[in-house]
Amino acid sequence: MDAIQVTNLTKRYGPTLAVDDISFTLAPGRVLGLLGGNGAGKTTTIALLLGLLVPSSGAITVLGHDMARDRFPALERMNFSSPYIALPGRLTVEENLITYGHLYSVPNLGARVAELAVQFNLTALMRRPAGELSAGQKTRVALAKSLINRPDLLLLDEPTASLDPDTGDYVRTQLETYQRETGAAILLASHNMAEVERLCDDVLMMKTGRIVDRGAPEALVARYGRENMEQVFLHIARSEAL
Amino acid sequence: MSALRRMGALVYRHACMYRRSWPRLAEIAYWPTLNMLIWGFTSSYLMRLHASPGVALAAGAMIGGVLLWEITLRAQLGVTIGFLEEIWSRNLGHLFVSPLRPAELIGALIVVSGIRAALGLFPATIIAYLLYKYDLFAPGPVMLLFFLNLLVMGWWMALCIVALLFRYGAGAEALAWTIAFGITPLACVYYPLSALPGWLQPLAQALPAAHIFAGLRAALRTGMADWGQLGAACLLNIVWFIAALAVFGAEFRRARVRGALLAIGE
Repeated sequence: MDAIQVTNLTKRYGPTLAVDDISFTLAPGRVLGLLGGNGAGKTTTIALLLGLLVPSSGAITVLGHDMARDRFPALERMNFSSPYIALPGRLTVEENLITYGHLYSVPNLGARVAELAVQFNLTALMRRPAGELSAGQKTRVALAKSLINRPDLLLLDEPTASLDPDTGDYVRTQLETYQRETGAAILLASHNMAEVERLCDDVLMMKTGRIVDRGAPEALVARYGRENMEQVFLHIARSEAL
Repeated sequence: MSALRRMGALVYRHACMYRRSWPRLAEIAYWPTLNMLIWGFTSSYLMRLHASPGVALAAGAMIGGVLLWEITLRAQLGVTIGFLEEIWSRNLGHLFVSPLRPAELIGALIVVSGIRAALGLFPATIIAYLLYKYDLFAPGPVMLLFFLNLLVMGWWMALCIVALLFRYGAGAEALAWTIAFGITPLACVYYPLSALPGWLQPLAQALPAAHIFAGLRAALRTGMADWGQLGAACLLNIVWFIAALAVFGAEFRRARVRGALLAIGE
């Protein structure tokens, strides 16, 4: 059973097609990159997968559940992180993790929170209000929150945006470790091409709501005769034909 | 069990926030206390001016009205401010992609609102008793039914306001503060239904508040509960609450279609 199965998915806002008839699957244990320029439809696709948006047409099955009719059992087994959605700033890091641990009905919550504090180097920050943290610290807290329920499917929207290279590398290593240890599937939207090459098994290239190409990063680099994913991205983004 | 745990998570989140924010805590009790002082002194002054059983009854009804109407206002504000707190902290995106069901969100906000209302009205109730010799609980246990009806009225109004927030985003925030106050003239808090012009009376009668306050005045006057008025208030609250849930559900679904949940803070 695929972690994600998307079939002929379309999202229309009036005359604007935000997502235009896309289909793809994500197998368990795989990491799929979602690439595209601003307005390509990446965030809309993630919002559709999370049930924040209702599709205009098409079907989404997540972890075996039809998201149109039965999204809550899937939501219990998935999680999400984005630097553009905050956690309550008045609450301490620990209180935020406890809140979300209860929302996801996490067993042995105290132990899980302590484990994540160590994993994401948050131990010294646990009693500090989340609103007082630096951007990098907030991102680490958001990632800890996204792993609180040991999700089978993790959706990440630019998880290392605003992080310095060292912290970014640390976060990527944590994600690799989690993915390797649990066999979770990860859908990653990112503008960081080095990150995509490092983490992703496959990549969907999106433009104006459509999937214009797909494949493993090294296969895409070879297909376009480029040196790396950054050049592939620029070629696709600037190409009128695609 | 999981549903209770998820609701408990939200109550815990709000408790943590209030524990660390004295301005929020002070705001809960500020207006009920201030209103009680203003109307309490006004009632005392009227009593001194024209001491008679009729004026005493009116003064008692006024102080009782202030206290009881604050229950509705605090109940409504408790739910809508609880929801707005999630908008202000840009946390709604996380909540709506968690397993928290919309009904559980409503349930948790209602619990938070009930606690806020109790905390907010406690000082005003004490002031009424100590300064004005007004005992809110004098009519007996039947007052609990009045309280409950007033709370429920505040909650269904709040659900309608949250539905408007789904539709219009945080730009509709001002409604959270004004709608219930706008209904006050029709609630017949300080005067009987007959004081309203004839064409307004049917509108007032459609609100549970008009029946609750008529019942309260009858209880003060006769010492007996007016079960007819209380029954009408209960029935109207049930109808309004079901209607508000339907409006909330429809606007939530509509927000998911329009993508409004992604931009509700704007």
